[in-house]
Amino acid sequence: MPAQATAESVEQVIFNGLKEVGAEGEISRDSSFEELDVDSLDLVEVAQIVEDEFGVELQGEDVKDLTTVGQVIDLVVARSQ
Amino acid sequence: MAEGCALVTGSARGIGAASAMALAESGWPVAINYRSDAGGAEGVAEAIGAAGGEAVAIQADVCDPDAVGELFRAAEERFGPVLVLINNAGMRADGLAPQLGDDEWERVLETNLSAAFRVTRRALKPMIRARFGRVVNIASVVGLRANAGQANYAASKAGLIGFTKTVAVEVARRGVTVNAVAPGFVETQLTDGVGNNGLLESIPARRPGTAEEIASCVRFLASEDASYVTGTTLTVDGGLSA
Repeated sequence: MPAQATAESVEQVIFNGLKEVGAEGEISRDSSFEELDVDSLDLVEVAQIVEDEFGVELQGEDVKDLTTVGQVIDLVVARSQ
Repeated sequence: MAEGCALVTGSARGIGAASAMALAESGWPVAINYRSDAGGAEGVAEAIGAAGGEAVAIQADVCDPDAVGELFRAAEERFGPVLVLINNAGMRADGLAPQLGDDEWERVLETNLSAAFRVTRRALKPMIRARFGRVVNIASVVGLRANAGQANYAASKAGLIGFTKTVAVEVARRGVTVNAVAPGFVETQLTDGVGNNGLLESIPARRPGTAEEIASCVRFLASEDASYVTGTTLTVDGGLSA
């Protein structure tokens, strides 16, 4: 069973996922992927982590216009409802 | 060796079966995928078991996206993540271009190219997570060099070679390699009736290749030894395209 997707749990999983793929510096909701040096392949991997954890599938179309960590967290939380 | 398994599409016979046997010899548990030849697939799985390896035969038409999902779930449940994928399932429907039907064009492109894309897409995410993966696409020398009567097959195999290069570049820094093998004329059921028009005389080696000779190249590309080989096409054709 996928974990319950609360704002806190999604944030935790995504922060950890970003660290795992080598995000640079302090991570916050307002961090942009550019300043974290997170590229599109890294985001594919974070999307896979999110899917494994919460059962929420993110496709390329869903995330291509998102630029900050907070936007991705909000999308995952919204999708899991 | 990483924890996981190898999946060979279309491996009830021919190059697929030989590749499955070779990967099992290398120590991989192997998922033997087949569409209709259950007996052939079970035979390959049994032969692997008899040789001390592990294998399971799994029915799935790779042209059916839902079946592809089921195929991966079944393989993962049994052996863990698919870390080696051999896109081998293929077909031909020959005819000169002016007489090639839409259906013959579409079926060949769908099976040889689009299905390989969908299977690869499904396989890559766990490979990226594992920081290890091997994808080997079975192309053809016909993707590199003309063969009258196979415009659809040639287009699908040339497409597979282009696909191989680009996907290789996308995932290279995660330890995932993507390569193609381009067999020349190999005697299998697929090439039944192909070699009767003077083709053998045009092969410098003066003989057809065997499925095992293709499989040993697949095994190399899937191995740790090939960790720095990616985006390439290994031609295995007895000198035909040299």
